[in-house]
Amino acid sequence: MAGDRPEEIIIDIHGLTKRFGNKTVVDDVSLDVRRGEIVGFLGPNGSGKTTTIRMICGLLRPDGGSGTCLGLDILRDADRIKRQVGYMTQRFSYYEDLTIRENLDFVARIYALPDRSAIVKKTLERLGLYERRDQLAGSLSGGWKQRLALAASVMHQPKLLLLDEPTAGVDPQARREFWDEIHALAEDGLTVLVSTHYMDEAERCHRIIYIAYGKIVARGTVAEVIERSGLSTIVVRGHDVGAIARLVRQKTGVEQVAPFGNDLHVVGPDAVALKQAVDAALVETHSDALAEPGETSLEDVFIRLMQEARARDHSANGTAKAESPS
Amino acid sequence: MSSGFSLSRILALMVKEFIQMRRDRLTFAMIIGIPIIQLVLFGYAINLDPKRLPTLMVAAESGPATRTIVAAMEASGYFSIAPGLASPAEANEALIDGSASYVITLPPGFERDLVRGTRPQLLVEADATDPAATSNALGALPQILSSALKRELTGPLATQASPPIAVDLVIQRRYNPEGITAYNIVPGLLGTILTMTTILMTALALTREIERGTMENLMAMPATPLEIMIGKIVPYIGFGLVQVAVILVCAQILFHVPMMGSFAVLLGVTFLFIGCNVTLGYTFSTIARNQMQAMQMTFFWFLPSILLSGFMFPFRGMPDWAQVIGSALPITHYIRSVRGIMLKGSGPADLVNEIWPLVAFWLAVGALALFRYRRTLD
Repeated sequence: MAGDRPEEIIIDIHGLTKRFGNKTVVDDVSLDVRRGEIVGFLGPNGSGKTTTIRMICGLLRPDGGSGTCLGLDILRDADRIKRQVGYMTQRFSYYEDLTIRENLDFVARIYALPDRSAIVKKTLERLGLYERRDQLAGSLSGGWKQRLALAASVMHQPKLLLLDEPTAGVDPQARREFWDEIHALAEDGLTVLVSTHYMDEAERCHRIIYIAYGKIVARGTVAEVIERSGLSTIVVRGHDVGAIARLVRQKTGVEQVAPFGNDLHVVGPDAVALKQAVDAALVETHSDALAEPGETSLEDVFIRLMQEARARDHSANGTAKAESPS
Repeated sequence: MSSGFSLSRILALMVKEFIQMRRDRLTFAMIIGIPIIQLVLFGYAINLDPKRLPTLMVAAESGPATRTIVAAMEASGYFSIAPGLASPAEANEALIDGSASYVITLPPGFERDLVRGTRPQLLVEADATDPAATSNALGALPQILSSALKRELTGPLATQASPPIAVDLVIQRRYNPEGITAYNIVPGLLGTILTMTTILMTALALTREIERGTMENLMAMPATPLEIMIGKIVPYIGFGLVQVAVILVCAQILFHVPMMGSFAVLLGVTFLFIGCNVTLGYTFSTIARNQMQAMQMTFFWFLPSILLSGFMFPFRGMPDWAQVIGSALPITHYIRSVRGIMLKGSGPADLVNEIWPLVAFWLAVGALALFRYRRTLD
């Protein structure tokens, strides 16, 4: 893999900003993605993931910022970028009233691919859809639709693949296969930027970027992001975790309390204070539950990041309101 | 069933419908706009008794009796007689290209023969392609002539003025001598059917993509606005041409509408007209936000197209402002062209005044569509 060479930066954007009305949806976002990388783009609903992806592939015009995609200016060369980028939309956006083969034929013609019928046939075979090629796309299940959409968006051999929540509503088996496919494509040098809500998917990315309220709040490998959060976790296992949860939530040094089946995950920024809080709660409830250090999960980190971002956003909006008389 | 009837549920639906209607500005505008437009058009624009129809005089010489006849015809309000005399060839041209509805021909020696009492011929040629537009004026003509000549032929000539009328009035209803309404209706139907169907088809072209969510994908692919427009309108031009073939075959079999001109000319004009319509429909679809709005716009366009084009009501009967609006509609020029080609045998040279507005309209709406097309999701 040639992804280590610094000149092979595929996406390089600075200060990207997008406003809808007076709402800033994407605020000063900078990111870089290198060739062959799979970068996970995470964040709560409405955080600006889709808007950022759409600006990168020329579907939305940024209100501020600049950048290049595949070495082309995202503001001026949108048409040339489109030819080298594959984009898979959040919602299935191929034609449901066309058959699988007709859809692929359409895409192949739009990209003016040479030797169209051979490429379409090869794609159908690789998908395992050759036998069902004359079936209407609308009659496919969610997992198959997603595979068709992926196949259609890489048929023109793009250098960059943008995936917007590609696995929403798809069963675990199909998701697993989808990610195997993504990794296979990345091995061949394809660069992938994928937005997702799933933590297990984030863990399959080389690198993750977390965005909340339009701002990037964390980036790095999964281990780095967890490490930098400074959060500690204690897992409480045993009876009466419900009562312990109610109690421990009130204690200082405790940020998140989440039951996982019979376990209770207690998360806080300071390991010592957290231990004290959990021990106190166990004593107060006379519980014989077991408390032991656990691993902080990505989900715990993201919930913290989201809460921090929300607090910042609210205080920023509060000042803004105080300044303007409206 | 009594337990299955709830006023609250009905109210819930009523409130929801009202909110949705209020949010959809275009629907709201149509609720207000359509009745007003219909009232104005039916009340002011439509006139079943067209007046001041353009008329040419062809005569070897002018004399007192000729002047009296001209004055009387003008005074009746039905005829608007062009000043001066036209040659027979000019008059024929004017009838074919539609710039004159009537040609009055006075034979040589008309004045002399009238005084002698030998009942000279007075030939009236009428453009009868639209029987409704010409029949009232023709019906009034004998009365106009006899009362005019009664005043002219006084004194010793008074006997000549007594009935029967002092001239031998010969009326030729040209292009449609039997006054068959179908001859006029079929070209009009061709225009209205094409207007309705082809505009609607392409008006849904982009809105359907938006509603089904396929637009985002299409925009992410490397197709230019011009490519998308051409790719989306050409199939419907083919669709329109098939419709034309069906209508023409039926017109021939069922109504025996004659075909005086060439099919090639008809095909050419039809192509232009369908081009105007599909491009207009595509323009609607760049403006409309959903399929419902696209259909409303189509209907909105259809209304003046049937009322002001000369299809249902005589074009010359309308006031000037309505004629101006009518002249801006492609269907007006298409109906005239088809009537001209089928009934009068008009060729391209006779149709210049109908063809250039179609070309201009097509280019204008095409440019508007490209201007309106949104290249991004903003």
